[in-house]
Amino acid sequence: MSLWLDIGWIEDIPRLGARVVRRPQGNIAVFRTADDRVFALDDRCPHKGGPLSQGIVHGERVTCPLHNWIVELGDGTAVAPDEGCVAAHRVRVVDGRVCLLIESDAHEQVA
Amino acid sequence: MRRQQLIVVGNGMAGMRTVEELLKLAPDLYDITVFGAEPFGNYNRILLSPVLAGEKSVKDIMLNDDRWYEKNGIALRKGEPVTAIDRRRRLVITGDGAATPYDRLLLATGSNPIVLPLEGKDLPGVVTFRDLHDVSRMIEASEKCKNAVVIGGGLLGLEAANGLLKRGMSVTVVHLMEWLMERQLDRVAGDMLRRSLEARGMTFKMPAQTKAILGSERVEAVSFADGTEVPADIVVMAVGIRPNVTLAKEAGLHCERGIVVADTMQTFDGRIYAVGECVQHRNQTYGLVAPLFDQAKVCANHLAELGYARYEGSRLSTKLKVTGIDLFSAGDFSGTDATDELVFHDPGRNIYKKLVLKGNRIEGAVLYGDTLNASWYFQLIREGTDISGIHEHLMFGRPHLGNSGHGAALGAAAMAEEAEVCGCNGVCKGAIVRAILDNKLFTLEEVRAHTKASSSCGSCTGLVEQILVATVGADYSIAPKVKPMCPCTDFTHDEIRQSIPEHGLKSISEIMAFMEWRTANGCHVCRPALNYYLLCAWPGEYCDDKQSRFINERVHANIQKDGTFSVVPRMWGGITNPKELRAIADVAEKFNISTVKITGGQRVDLLGVRKEDLPAVWRDLNKAGMVSGHAYGKALRTVKTCVGSEWCRFGVQDSTAMGIKLEKMCWGAWTPHKVKLAVSGCPRNCAEATIKDFGVVAVESGWELHVGGNGGVKVRPTDLLCKVKSEEEVLEYCGAFLQLYREEARYLERTAPWIERVGLAYVKERIVEDAPGRRELHERFLHAQSFAQIDPWAERATGGVDRDEFRPMAEVTAA
Repeated sequence: MSLWLDIGWIEDIPRLGARVVRRPQGNIAVFRTADDRVFALDDRCPHKGGPLSQGIVHGERVTCPLHNWIVELGDGTAVAPDEGCVAAHRVRVVDGRVCLLIESDAHEQVA
Repeated sequence: MRRQQLIVVGNGMAGMRTVEELLKLAPDLYDITVFGAEPFGNYNRILLSPVLAGEKSVKDIMLNDDRWYEKNGIALRKGEPVTAIDRRRRLVITGDGAATPYDRLLLATGSNPIVLPLEGKDLPGVVTFRDLHDVSRMIEASEKCKNAVVIGGGLLGLEAANGLLKRGMSVTVVHLMEWLMERQLDRVAGDMLRRSLEARGMTFKMPAQTKAILGSERVEAVSFADGTEVPADIVVMAVGIRPNVTLAKEAGLHCERGIVVADTMQTFDGRIYAVGECVQHRNQTYGLVAPLFDQAKVCANHLAELGYARYEGSRLSTKLKVTGIDLFSAGDFSGTDATDELVFHDPGRNIYKKLVLKGNRIEGAVLYGDTLNASWYFQLIREGTDISGIHEHLMFGRPHLGNSGHGAALGAAAMAEEAEVCGCNGVCKGAIVRAILDNKLFTLEEVRAHTKASSSCGSCTGLVEQILVATVGADYSIAPKVKPMCPCTDFTHDEIRQSIPEHGLKSISEIMAFMEWRTANGCHVCRPALNYYLLCAWPGEYCDDKQSRFINERVHANIQKDGTFSVVPRMWGGITNPKELRAIADVAEKFNISTVKITGGQRVDLLGVRKEDLPAVWRDLNKAGMVSGHAYGKALRTVKTCVGSEWCRFGVQDSTAMGIKLEKMCWGAWTPHKVKLAVSGCPRNCAEATIKDFGVVAVESGWELHVGGNGGVKVRPTDLLCKVKSEEEVLEYCGAFLQLYREEARYLERTAPWIERVGLAYVKERIVEDAPGRRELHERFLHAQSFAQIDPWAERATGGVDRDEFRPMAEVTAA
């Protein structure tokens, strides 16, 4: 079982930017593109674990701040010629609220 | 909608490079049909020499196989030469009389080898050196026969001769001129080349004029004007190429030596384009690959209906693809009464270098035996850099021995496979060579993308270029033209920057729209650059785009490998006091900051700060009067000082007070790259001012001002800008210098390479000789500073700026 967790307004995430959702097993980075599409990835670059949430967002990609690997926001794969993948999470926007799909043994606590 | 029909005549490098460029720009605009006379896919013609020499296989040099054509929906018609063009009805006619219609036509018919009109030229055993068929005939001959004669001691002839020699033949090279490669080399270098080749077993007959090729059934000997004869089982004619214009001429297109094209690569028929060796542009024809790639880019731009690119001719450089011989030539090296020559000749080490200077610019270069600096010289030639400031050490190349990261290795050829080339990313020579061969890489950028070599600090770039050249024989990979800013655009930094004030562009999106960016919102390369250029062009007016800032500049701290940050408070001139130190100690304890370190620039670094703690850390530091040290930015970093005349028994001026004044004036300035200053109180130079971007050294009578130093990747001592008397002058010159750098250097270009690019003479002209200009620059600097000197830490610690940046959006805790 898993559940949709309401994490906030879409405006809480800057355009071409990201915010972090804290989780005991590691943070999730939630990205917003220029045209208001929202994506979520584990906040760990497949290369050396850099925090993708701190990278520059362009198109539907993010550049890791540590060594400039580029990762697809949609599925978490590294852009060739680099190889690797980070877990992507399902996310949807309903009436301006951003909802993230989370495993059910967790409960929400807004920071 | 029916797609337009594009027909390409010629399946060689020029044609296919154009198609590749076109597919990148407009993948769906055309149905593309390619006619090729040879029965192969597209291969790298420059690499025929290594195939002949047995160093590479045919497979190694294939560029596009059948699958590539299929994948891109291109109809490839191999072995079908086009025999005529019907321009009125827009058809091309092939050998069997079939007609294919076109909307646009691209001619890439290449060139034909020149065959001397000698008696016996048609005898079996006489070959040219042009395509795979020629190579296989030569290889076949080398297996059965013994004696080879190569007519022509130019680039092509020598490469052919070398290949045949390696295949065990005894080879005589016949050359009409006094020395080899006379179009690329002067006599000294030509003679050195001859001796090296003789030492390998090659024989030369020169100067000599071939009279006839003798033989009854097949070739048996070559006879000369002086009456002598040399036995020959195979004769290779390598005396030059001639643009292949037959098809174009018969179609009524204007041809001279080649098919005449305009700067758009269009022939006199606007629907018909031409690229490559068949082309004559501004009265030049080209037989090398570099120009052909430039032309392909321009041609594709027009075929894709973008219509703004112009081809303006190419500067050429040459390298001989004979393993173990390092030779480079570029520009006009012959010299006249109006030129000077710098010559370095070390016969013992077999090294010869000649630079031809006209005034303060390099006109041409010939290098033999040591070509490490080839790309640098070529760059200086191409950009017309004023070299008066570096004249005295020009001959010895760009200072390399101080480079960190790869020992003192100077030549790639001598390096072992397992030798480390890139010390940042741990890439060895063998890995680079494998990546180049396996992935068919052509350019430095591609090698960087695949191997990461030279992609970090860049100090090994010269070595990587050498390996690339040695592996692919790429005369075109050396110092490519000024590059586009990033893959999102074809424009260069300079072009983009120029258009900002010219067209009043005030935001990143305006620039992208005006300059037709290929991507919706750029990438991590162009956005920070554009943000900086706008900030510099419109001080006080442009609103900084924080999402286009690299993380360090966005959150005003340095990201570390574990995602935590480091914090460096400013300490003016490196002076601190008990109150500041106590505050730093308190902060370190309060926030569990595990490492406290003194930096190279005389500041204190607090490492391991969690991002969410940053505003609170700053608040505590602010309370003790400290502001951001900008240790994270492409910005003014620190002003390092020695204690100076206040304490030091040798000091002649108050260097700390001078340093503090400079830092108070300069802090907060955003610059193309980081900027470091230092002030030394006497020529003992304890503040190491002569490896800083702007260094001040006190002397009894005033201050020496030094610029363009660097102590990092590439150690470069400063150049002396001038000497001044007063502190006010130091401030004015410093402000003017920084403003000139801010306004004219490319983003991420340190002062050292910037000065090497524009020349010290230029900087002196603007800063020293032009007093009103200097004052204007200084005033513009102060004007920009009036908006920049706001402590970003205070804004975030107590001013409420970017509050969301430092806290999570939500938190999930285990149930």
